[in-house]
Amino acid sequence: MEEFALIMRHEDGGKVASPEQIQQWMKQTMDWIGSIAAQNKFVSGTGLPFADAKVVTAKNAEPVVTNGPFGDIKETIGGLIIVKAASVEEAVEFAKGCPVLQGEGNSVEVRKVAKNDGVH
Amino acid sequence: MPLFFPGAFFIMQQQELIPHLFRIEFRKIVAVLVKHFGIGHIEMAEDIAGETFLAAMETWPYKGIPENPVAWLYTVAKNKTKNQLQRNQLFEGKIQPWLKHDANAVLLPEIDLSEKNITDSTLQMLFAVCHPSISAEAQITLSLRVLCGFGIDEIATAFLTNKETINKRLSRAKEKLRQEKIAMEFPSEKEINTRSATVLTTLYLLYSEGYYSESRDPVLREDLCLEAMRLTLLLIKNEVTNRPQVNALYALMCFHSSRFAARKSNSAGMIMYHEQDETLWDQQLIATGAYHLQLASTGTILSKYHLEASIAWWHTNKTDSKEKWDNILHLYNHLLQIAYSPVAALNRTFAFSKVHGNAAGIVEAEQLHLNNNPFYFTLLGELYKGIDNKKAISHFENAYLLAKTATDKQIIQKQMAEL
Repeated sequence: MEEFALIMRHEDGGKVASPEQIQQWMKQTMDWIGSIAAQNKFVSGTGLPFADAKVVTAKNAEPVVTNGPFGDIKETIGGLIIVKAASVEEAVEFAKGCPVLQGEGNSVEVRKVAKNDGVH
Repeated sequence: MPLFFPGAFFIMQQQELIPHLFRIEFRKIVAVLVKHFGIGHIEMAEDIAGETFLAAMETWPYKGIPENPVAWLYTVAKNKTKNQLQRNQLFEGKIQPWLKHDANAVLLPEIDLSEKNITDSTLQMLFAVCHPSISAEAQITLSLRVLCGFGIDEIATAFLTNKETINKRLSRAKEKLRQEKIAMEFPSEKEINTRSATVLTTLYLLYSEGYYSESRDPVLREDLCLEAMRLTLLLIKNEVTNRPQVNALYALMCFHSSRFAARKSNSAGMIMYHEQDETLWDQQLIATGAYHLQLASTGTILSKYHLEASIAWWHTNKTDSKEKWDNILHLYNHLLQIAYSPVAALNRTFAFSKVHGNAAGIVEAEQLHLNNNPFYFTLLGELYKGIDNKKAISHFENAYLLAKTATDKQIIQKQMAEL
């Protein structure tokens, strides 16, 4: 069994949704994670709130701090979870159920988590 | 039958006195003696307590029950301890050289059977018995024996096994306690959270053993649950161990126990939740549970007991509502993230079908692949009802083949018959 990170990306994180919508997404996300956990395949996960977000960018060899992931960068990471899966295909099946994909252009990136076994 | 003469009540009391007293005083005496001599001497403590009751059995029926039976027992226990010490190596090694110094003074250590020392000793023994180095099964067996005062045959009945097995398990666990030289003391402030976690697991399992036991003896089953509750309450009453998780666990136990009367049936089986007469649910216990769940809502740790107690609270109202199932699903989603279990996965899927409908529930259920679990197929059978009855029957048949107990098989047959 390998571990995979499912990284949720929003096409436009600056878009403001209604409280109703947000609540709906939240419930769907919890059901999605609950479904994976019910298969004993959930490892850990966290949301990444936009509040207090900063971006440190390299400009002329100097770190430049900007507020939020918005502005120049349109695409933002909304959160990530780590799952157990026998193969990347199985992890992809989990990713397909992610409610983030209801938004056009949004994406879920599936990445294998390096094992701490000296090989990876 | 009404009893009119004044002595009758006392006679009844006398007849019931000994078995009731044995269990309670056995564990108290054992706890205090183990505190006194150390955890390596559980057997000696058990022997002294046992001999004390033998003495009562030999005397009371002929001379009458003493005015204060408990005080009588304590005096005898103290004397037996003294006698034991005089015979004992412990006595020779530690006390005798000192006694030789002043041969006239019989200075034996005082056995303190005060209420406070009994409570402290019991709590310390609870922590010693629930030491991480001892297997969960041995912890429960040992707890039943020395912390709850259950007889070997009662424990064997509860576990559906024989006395030899229980005796072996007990002696192995005691040997382990000796080897590990576990101290009779409260864990330090630093350790209290991790050590409490093991204690809570044991109490949780002890309670479940009673609540879900296959044993045919309903009184014994309830006794197991009540003992688990009593020990949990001891933790709550002590300032050091009164943590939010303990209150959450106690709340959970209260909510479950509120259904004791309602689930009892005249035949051997048990009345399932959805068929219970909820007017028989113990509202007092539900209120107590709610109170402790309130107390548990402090601090930053959200334990599995918090989540399970909250789920159990929603189940104290039998009426189906969207709000109820939304909340239960949410709580199971959370519970599975911190403590996966097949039962929780199945219950979560049932809640999911209540919120999103059976068709969606089937999709969720079929991802679980719990192919050795009879309840997995029961759930699938339930979900397919009305959608595809043929499939429902085939799932119930699978469940029937996998079911381990007669009670479970009966329930499955009933579900099939409804199709």
